[in-house]
Amino acid sequence: MTDLAMPAHKSVAFVRTTPAPRVPRPPLPGGPLHWVRTNLFPTPFNGLLTLLVVLLFVWTVPPLVRFLFIDAVWMGTSRDACLPSAANPDPGACWAFVRTWFSFFIYGPYPMAERWRVDVFFALLAFGTAWLLWLDAPRRGLGAAFFFLVLPVVSFVLLSGFPAIGLPTVDTASWGGLLVTLVVASVGIVVSLPAGILLALGRRSTMPAVRLFSIGFIELVRGVPLITVLFMASVMLPLFVPPAWSPDKLLRALVGIAIFASAYMAEVVRAGLQSIPKGQYEAANALGLGYWRTLGLVVLPQALRVTIPNIVNNTIALFKDTTLVFFVGIFDFLRTIEIARVDPNWATPVTSTTGYAFAAIFYFVACHFMSRYATGIERRLAAGDRR
Amino acid sequence: MSSTAETIARDTPATAADGPAVLISGLYKWYGEFQVLADVNLEVARGERIVICGPSGSGKSTLIRCINALEPFQRGSIVVDGVSVTDDLKRIDEVRREVGMVFQQFNLFPHLTVLENCTLAPIHVRKMPRKEAEEIAMRYLARVRIPEQAHKYPAQLSGGQQQRVAIARSLCMAPKIMMFDEPTSALDPEMVKEVLDTMVSLAETGMTMLCVTHEMGFARQVADRVVFMDEGQIVEINTPAEFFTNPRHERTRTFLGQILG
Repeated sequence: MTDLAMPAHKSVAFVRTTPAPRVPRPPLPGGPLHWVRTNLFPTPFNGLLTLLVVLLFVWTVPPLVRFLFIDAVWMGTSRDACLPSAANPDPGACWAFVRTWFSFFIYGPYPMAERWRVDVFFALLAFGTAWLLWLDAPRRGLGAAFFFLVLPVVSFVLLSGFPAIGLPTVDTASWGGLLVTLVVASVGIVVSLPAGILLALGRRSTMPAVRLFSIGFIELVRGVPLITVLFMASVMLPLFVPPAWSPDKLLRALVGIAIFASAYMAEVVRAGLQSIPKGQYEAANALGLGYWRTLGLVVLPQALRVTIPNIVNNTIALFKDTTLVFFVGIFDFLRTIEIARVDPNWATPVTSTTGYAFAAIFYFVACHFMSRYATGIERRLAAGDRR
Repeated sequence: MSSTAETIARDTPATAADGPAVLISGLYKWYGEFQVLADVNLEVARGERIVICGPSGSGKSTLIRCINALEPFQRGSIVVDGVSVTDDLKRIDEVRREVGMVFQQFNLFPHLTVLENCTLAPIHVRKMPRKEAEEIAMRYLARVRIPEQAHKYPAQLSGGQQQRVAIARSLCMAPKIMMFDEPTSALDPEMVKEVLDTMVSLAETGMTMLCVTHEMGFARQVADRVVFMDEGQIVEINTPAEFFTNPRHERTRTFLGQILG
């Protein structure tokens, strides 16, 4: 190599006599024009794509803004406000309708005098969720205990009532709106995470009976649409169980959702468990930590941490799937809108569109926050895995 | 061998089982149909330092992994500190508490700090109060000369430092026996020495040690006996002086010829 690369008279040895100088980096090409050229029009094809996207934007955004904001009707007490008039010949979204029905969307037919209980539930849920999701929060173990043990019990007592302590019973038939959506979604999460972990462990177990049950459960539930599980829970169950024993309608739907969510969560957790190297189990075993302590102290903390983005993605899917309880006659958020939009007091050409737009915005905002959270966690995990 | 063992045995406190630290007799192991260990017999006295060497695939790692039941075996028996290694999970944990193990890949817990790595087992297995466990951990971290890294995470340390943490983590359980499974094989060359120095100083405290290693310098300096394995069998056991200068078995001579040049 030296014969080819170097002239014959040069020595093959090298000894540095002066240190290499440290020089500043040459300036990068900059300026807005440079940015536009490299990012928007680097090639004719990419330039064409840029133009198409801009056209799509021009085509969709201004009408949407006009409908949602500019032509929208914000004030009013009846349909007259949202009908075409001289001042507003082509009215946009009828937000006045949403304002009037807003508390029904939140609480459903929950008794007016008892709605503070729902507010307390919302506050507790927000508090518990924040504690659980904030990774650097103090006493996170306590936060998890609060979310998975205290919150369900307190919420149940609070919402359904407990006459002995002065909370009149509120039948689940009069629960509705956002309340039901959040109850269904959070019961799904609270049950599916522990149940999913157990199922995932069961699927990896060396005990054939446990493994067979876990695989059977997961595959069976995953092979069936959620709506089928819900119909089974709410229609088939009463056929087999005497009416007096038949559980509450909402409870039946909750069980269906929980079963469904657990099967999906199990697969997510299993992926996390599989990412933990064998050496971690061996090191923990060699220290004398038994099976459960190895899991609880070494394996699960690492497996769940890498699974958080997927758990949140699952949660997003579950949150949207809760709308399916609509079909088994439960007043979830979407169902309340469905009821309100046919109110003859508000019968206008834009009422339905407004109601659905409101639902879309609500679900989008909720899911977007969850997905932002997942992205944040992913970025944090990717950032060198310092922890 | 017995004379060395007895001189050290005097310093170590007598336990319920005053027999050997480890007694392996007639050990056989198969992976499926493939035989990995055959007729392994080895008695390790208390305080004795044993280096196990041999070509790769000779069953050295498998042998020491059988001792703390990370691998099952199908025939023969292993008695560790008077406790027989069986399928009984309770017995196995009893054995594992007394046997420290250092792995080739360190296997530190990445989600815990160095200090938490060291206190995890003492707190949860030995039921030691956290404060006491931390004091002990700091003492051992000082002994492996990295007390200043106690609050870092493993990924922030070099390979040599991680391996020293792994040694400290094992020592925190106050094991009676320490096993090393090629502790320097995954390290950059300039970090091998710091780990070997730590092992030498551990040997000087009279710890019973079983080391699978290719570091022949370490074997010469520290080992009471060298065990040479090939194809799942023990081929030769001897003192390092005899082993290196006067190997008896043909296979040993070939092996030493290859690694010592």
